[in-house]
Amino acid sequence: MLKQLLASAALGLVLAAAPLTADAQQRTKVTAYTALENDQLGPYKAAIEADVPDVDIVWVRDSTGVITARFLAEKDNPRADVVFALAATSLLLFEKQGLLEVYTPKGADALKPAFRDPTAPYTWTGHDAFLAVVCFNTAEGAKEKVASPTSWQDLLKPEFKGKVVMPHPASSGTGYLQIAAWLQIMGEQGGWAYMDKLHENIAVYTHSGSAPCVQAAKGERLAGIGFDMRGAREKTQGAPIDVILPKEGAGWDMEASSIVKGTKVLEAAKKVVDWSNSKKANELYGKYYAIVAHPDVKSAPPNYPANAEAAMAKNDFAWMAENRERILTEWTKRYESKAAPKN
Amino acid sequence: MTTAGVDTPARAAPLFSERQVANALVGVAVLVLVLAIAIPLWMLLSKAMLDSRGSFVGIANFERYFATPALVRSLWNSIWVSALTTAIVTPLAFVYAYALTRSRLPFKGFFMGLALLPIFAPSLLSAISLIYLFGNQGFFKSWMMGASIYGPSGIVLAEVCYCFPHAVMIIATALRLADGRLYEAAAALGTGAVRVFTTITLPGARYGLISAAFVVFTMVITDFGIPKVIGGQFNVLATDAYKQIVGQQNFEMGAVVGLILLMPAVIAFVVDRQVQKRQVALLSARAVPYEAKPHRTRDLALLAYCLLIGFCLLAMLGVAVWASFIRYWPYNLSLTLNNYAFENFDPSGWAPLWNSIVMALAVAVAGTAFIFGAAYLMEKTKAAAWLRALAHLLAMLPMAVPGLVLGLGYVFFVNAPWNPLGLLYGTLALLAINTTAHFYTVAHITAVTALKQIDAEFEAVSASLKVPFWVTFRRVTAPICLPAILDIAVYLFVNALTTVSAVIFLYGPSTRIAAVAIVHMDEAGAMAPAAAMATCVVLTAIAAKLLHVTLDHVVFNKWQAWRAR
Repeated sequence: MLKQLLASAALGLVLAAAPLTADAQQRTKVTAYTALENDQLGPYKAAIEADVPDVDIVWVRDSTGVITARFLAEKDNPRADVVFALAATSLLLFEKQGLLEVYTPKGADALKPAFRDPTAPYTWTGHDAFLAVVCFNTAEGAKEKVASPTSWQDLLKPEFKGKVVMPHPASSGTGYLQIAAWLQIMGEQGGWAYMDKLHENIAVYTHSGSAPCVQAAKGERLAGIGFDMRGAREKTQGAPIDVILPKEGAGWDMEASSIVKGTKVLEAAKKVVDWSNSKKANELYGKYYAIVAHPDVKSAPPNYPANAEAAMAKNDFAWMAENRERILTEWTKRYESKAAPKN
Repeated sequence: MTTAGVDTPARAAPLFSERQVANALVGVAVLVLVLAIAIPLWMLLSKAMLDSRGSFVGIANFERYFATPALVRSLWNSIWVSALTTAIVTPLAFVYAYALTRSRLPFKGFFMGLALLPIFAPSLLSAISLIYLFGNQGFFKSWMMGASIYGPSGIVLAEVCYCFPHAVMIIATALRLADGRLYEAAAALGTGAVRVFTTITLPGARYGLISAAFVVFTMVITDFGIPKVIGGQFNVLATDAYKQIVGQQNFEMGAVVGLILLMPAVIAFVVDRQVQKRQVALLSARAVPYEAKPHRTRDLALLAYCLLIGFCLLAMLGVAVWASFIRYWPYNLSLTLNNYAFENFDPSGWAPLWNSIVMALAVAVAGTAFIFGAAYLMEKTKAAAWLRALAHLLAMLPMAVPGLVLGLGYVFFVNAPWNPLGLLYGTLALLAINTTAHFYTVAHITAVTALKQIDAEFEAVSASLKVPFWVTFRRVTAPICLPAILDIAVYLFVNALTTVSAVIFLYGPSTRIAAVAIVHMDEAGAMAPAAAMATCVVLTAIAAKLLHVTLDHVVFNKWQAWRAR
């Protein structure tokens, strides 16, 4: 019995280790860590490989927080060759720790200035930007006779009491980006005063950045604070929601790419990053995002709010990174230690 | 000592004594456990004393953490939610396990399977069910009487479901092996049913009950999946760890929370040792298996109870399966099969499911062999006591570690520049090792519970017959414990199919498993396809369980016939 068990155990291990040895490709494998949406992986891989035929893109995809934590934990032995389409806030963190290769990709200077690493020589360049929006469920709004909000201030109205969700800034980069945006748009004092009032209307602070718009889309909540592309995707799937750009302006983040320092396939990685700045690549981004890095590419993906680019508030990523701990501590003090959780 | 004249000449004196062999084997087991559990944990938890640049700061991180006013709240929330869940689950599971083992309940295999349903399902499924049933758009929202599922009530409800199978499994193992002679003697003396229950049944199951309670308590306190999805801002320690690690990539503070979470495990270990000292082997060498006599009222009442619990568990699952066929909750409830065309939602299509099955098989076979073998060495051999105690401590550790912490510890460990195991990174083999380590404790407790109930006399007799322990193990112990071994294998297989928290840091490009793919689809807003793949996982787990029931039947008839009189 034991012998059989052991024999099958050994067989199991061999089977399990098989993917390690299998596969001998002619093309250069480039491992790309990304936070792209699941369904974008296929088209992006095909597009890159069509233009850079000697690379084979191997995705490792996860949500921004998880992939960022994983990349940082691997820093003694980096497994990624490029970081592709990850939030710029994460790339800044990597840059600060010296984990990214300094490289100015071809065509980087043609991009809109906001989409480049602010300090030359560059370590990363942007693809596209996404904005903080309000996802408002019109079906539930009609039931409860609440009109669509048009501004951040509208969310303070009493009819929203206990019906708004937003991501928890300590759990989700999206959440932090949002409160940092308010502090930048309204000033520190105004921003905290706004959040004090908004807190009264918040049902829960979710741990996932994508949850608020999904919950709004499914009618679990009347309004969720999240990103435009999430709202647009839910709407395209058939959710009865309005994706609203508040008129005071919106915080934003961008997807960006970089080469990982120490990659064994530097040349191939350069080609991939070069490609990510090309006009053709930007046309692909334009299918999913309203604001892309290349000035000549105009895009209008379905269900996006119009004039998104004009609504982009000034967003200082360096300020955000420097003040993160201070802001989160203040936030925790104000909203977490106070009162029992409202459900 | 030799009795060469009597012994057959062919049998030469062994090179090593039995004790040396036992010591060596336990040593190997300890080494493996150190590599698979202790070092990875150390790699992360040692950061609790470092700052973000890696310089030593002593207890500064702890001071900072304890200075946060929210901590006391998290700690208190964690404790009372875990305690409440334990207080609900343990009696529920005891009665259920009692029905399975000590009554003439019909279709026992079926009811055992029903009890295990919650672990067949990836945690996302129970989250979906709860939201669809009790959420703001849910069918039974009115039953919540104004309370919201997003908060402590939701957490407790979901955790009760999630922990129920684990508790049933441990308690049933404890109840299964009983000495029928005690009951016969009680009957002969005309002892009343209540007295029999309190003086024979309960004390016999005490070890299992206490183990189950601690397992449930630690499972709840370390679980972050459920509080993350439906806890809202109801803070518990596990979500604090999540906030630090995933939200802010602050590994140092994550390590601090991870260390605080280890406390319940340490307490569990100490209590476990104390109880164990007083535990008497129930199945002495002269024992006779207990066979419940038909008792109409008792059997009917227990049947009704099991049906009720089973129905609730089945309903939870059923809602999620139904969710996998609908177009857009809650606005378009028409049915469709489109959600099962995974290649439309995930570039890997069905591949993650096959990866999961291979990985789970490896865990079930290799993991079970190792865990049971190691448990035997710890319990039944004469290896050095400190070595066995160390192995036991290591085996109890993983329970107390949130998967997130263990997974990240593996990333640090495997990627350390000095580690030759780096080759394994991203392979299914590493996922299998990590999963075995993650679920080690419950499997270990099950093995130990089964082993404890076998009288040490078997070993004593073997020793006096000069039969080495490995022969006893093969000929006596393993066959007696085969039902428990199969239980462990199925438990590991099923958990390997559904676990996410640790492996989410470890999968490679070609080794993404179904549970991770489910999370990814859900993140992309594709809730119904996520439910669809989860349904496939559930079906796989049920198939494994059916195979188990069949095997169990065969095994029982073939090797356990001696139990019946």
